[in-house]
Amino acid sequence: MYAYDEIDRTLVNERVSEFRDQVKRRLSGELTEDEFKILRLQNGVYLQLHAYMFRVAIPYGTLATNQLRALAHVARKYDRGYGHFTTRQNIQFNWIKLAELPDALEDLAKVGIHAMQTSGNNMRNVTSDQWAGVAPGEIEDPRIWSELIRQHTTLHPEFSFLPRKFKIAITASDHDRAAIKIHDIGLRLIKNEKGETGFEVLVGGGLGRTPFIAKTIKHFVHGRDILSYIEAILRVYNQYGRRDNIYKARIKILVHELGIEKFSREVEDEWQHIRNSSLQIDDEVIEDIRSRFTYPSYEKLPHMPDELRQAAADPDFEAWRKNSVAPHKVQGYSIVTISLKPIGAPPGDANAEQMDALADLADKYSFGEIRVGHEQNLALPHVAKRDLPALWKALDKLGLATPNVNLITDIIACPGLDYCSLANARSIPIAQELTRRFANHELANLIGRLHINISGCINACGHHHVGHIGILGVEKNGEEVYQITIGGRADENAALGSLIGPGVKFDEVADVIEDVVEAYLALRERPEELFMDTVKRLGVEPFKERVYATR
Amino acid sequence: MTSPLEQKKIKIAGPSIVTANRTWDGIVVYRTAAKSWSADLSEAAIVRNSDEAKALLAESVADDVGAIGPYIAPVQVGADGKIEPGNLREQIRRTGVTIGQSAQA
Repeated sequence: MYAYDEIDRTLVNERVSEFRDQVKRRLSGELTEDEFKILRLQNGVYLQLHAYMFRVAIPYGTLATNQLRALAHVARKYDRGYGHFTTRQNIQFNWIKLAELPDALEDLAKVGIHAMQTSGNNMRNVTSDQWAGVAPGEIEDPRIWSELIRQHTTLHPEFSFLPRKFKIAITASDHDRAAIKIHDIGLRLIKNEKGETGFEVLVGGGLGRTPFIAKTIKHFVHGRDILSYIEAILRVYNQYGRRDNIYKARIKILVHELGIEKFSREVEDEWQHIRNSSLQIDDEVIEDIRSRFTYPSYEKLPHMPDELRQAAADPDFEAWRKNSVAPHKVQGYSIVTISLKPIGAPPGDANAEQMDALADLADKYSFGEIRVGHEQNLALPHVAKRDLPALWKALDKLGLATPNVNLITDIIACPGLDYCSLANARSIPIAQELTRRFANHELANLIGRLHINISGCINACGHHHVGHIGILGVEKNGEEVYQITIGGRADENAALGSLIGPGVKFDEVADVIEDVVEAYLALRERPEELFMDTVKRLGVEPFKERVYATR
Repeated sequence: MTSPLEQKKIKIAGPSIVTANRTWDGIVVYRTAAKSWSADLSEAAIVRNSDEAKALLAESVADDVGAIGPYIAPVQVGADGKIEPGNLREQIRRTGVTIGQSAQA
């Protein structure tokens, strides 16, 4: 966990007071909606179909148990008893009243949580690997650098009115769990030949109506220079980014139109002006941030405790363990992913009772720490292996032990037309139906790793472009129509999916996905060949034939 | 935010209403003939041509404290005068999410 200092606490508290005054003036009519809109957006408040939506930041996806309890409290007191974890490690509340928002913010501020820069054309929540600090083989904890960037960019006047929103993600592992290649800036922590810490810097990734995979702009930027290099990128973007057309305003468009070579020359020129300035980071700054992250005092534990050996006889436990439990950097410990994808439920939702109970379990089994992943699941990062059976039983009672992590029912979905004012089509009911179709664990296991991503409009909050199977809802002649893509992925080999054919109606989507899966099972060369490998080997055509032959 | 009144033309294809979200709590509301807002669609003022729509929208926009984001939405009016939403989006805004509020809640 990271311990905020007095500056952070003052900043958050002052922001609450400021927003309370702004809301008061809005409700009295002193501020018009035109004047107020930018202020509410800077505090994570959107207007959705049924109500205001309140998006709360969870920096680099790390939560303490008192923070999770505070989120449960907000869900219970100010909303309808649940929250929705997003693809950028935030949480959203869908039914907040504007008049009560300052109180909700004040309650969150008591535990160091805020909603700053979760909306608007500024630097958004810096996201990272949900296994940061505990993943085996990691270069170092990427959250130290995430926190550095968070501090530098929070309320930074130069980056508060960018042409468009701006998102940074950081990973420090070979396997990218932070989806850095679909971010405006992606940072991959690496060491150079001297053993110095630095970053491969990628730029211009993003989804939406014009999707791009990020390109490497510099293969190594020393850690001490990372702020100046990011600032150089942002300055070039601020100068040349389009402000006349919202659809062309993201940095990905600028990078595409200038070309990565010209864009990188512009950045390099700017960087040379500022790299030897106060933006150069002293080692002491990094060490200070590092010292504010606390890590558990791990015990020396056996690799295979008796409790785990005995529990292995239970097939239900084993099914859960095999897809929810991952290796930890410390012997005797595990990382446990908690599926927020129960069969038939909206992906990423957790109710207040679950959040409170999970906080209790994190205190008992995970040194009081919870993580949020971009796949809309949670994780307990420090669970002793001996505690896995007891944890599993407790999670099962809460409806949080669905053994489907990374399987076909572990679906990423945006809120869609059920909540979102931008959406053209529903996402969640599609996800719910698909989880019912593939509810049988043996079938899901037979299919193996397969990610379905669903978006209810071209803005792509459900990351459909990078789903192994992507589903995009659009509106055509007043009806919901869904386009299906296959072959996308969001990891270190990120790729955009390819359309398999004409759109299908709402009621047909689950049938079509079943056809795609049946085609895969028939086409794969061996059980170990994953869906993505079959698509890579054969291309789209055989799947297209299967789906459209009878339609 | 671009004002709806800045749209060059307001075209409606059939009976329509003006809907928005109430400012203090965000709930869905409809403009009434009494120049107020109601959460009940049956109380919405019906407009049937572009001039009427433009006028109703203009007075709705002017009431900036009462509700935000007003826009014209299609409705169907039955023989008995009952008003129903004219598309799925408005149906969902009226009756709520189609998923059970939260299957876990």
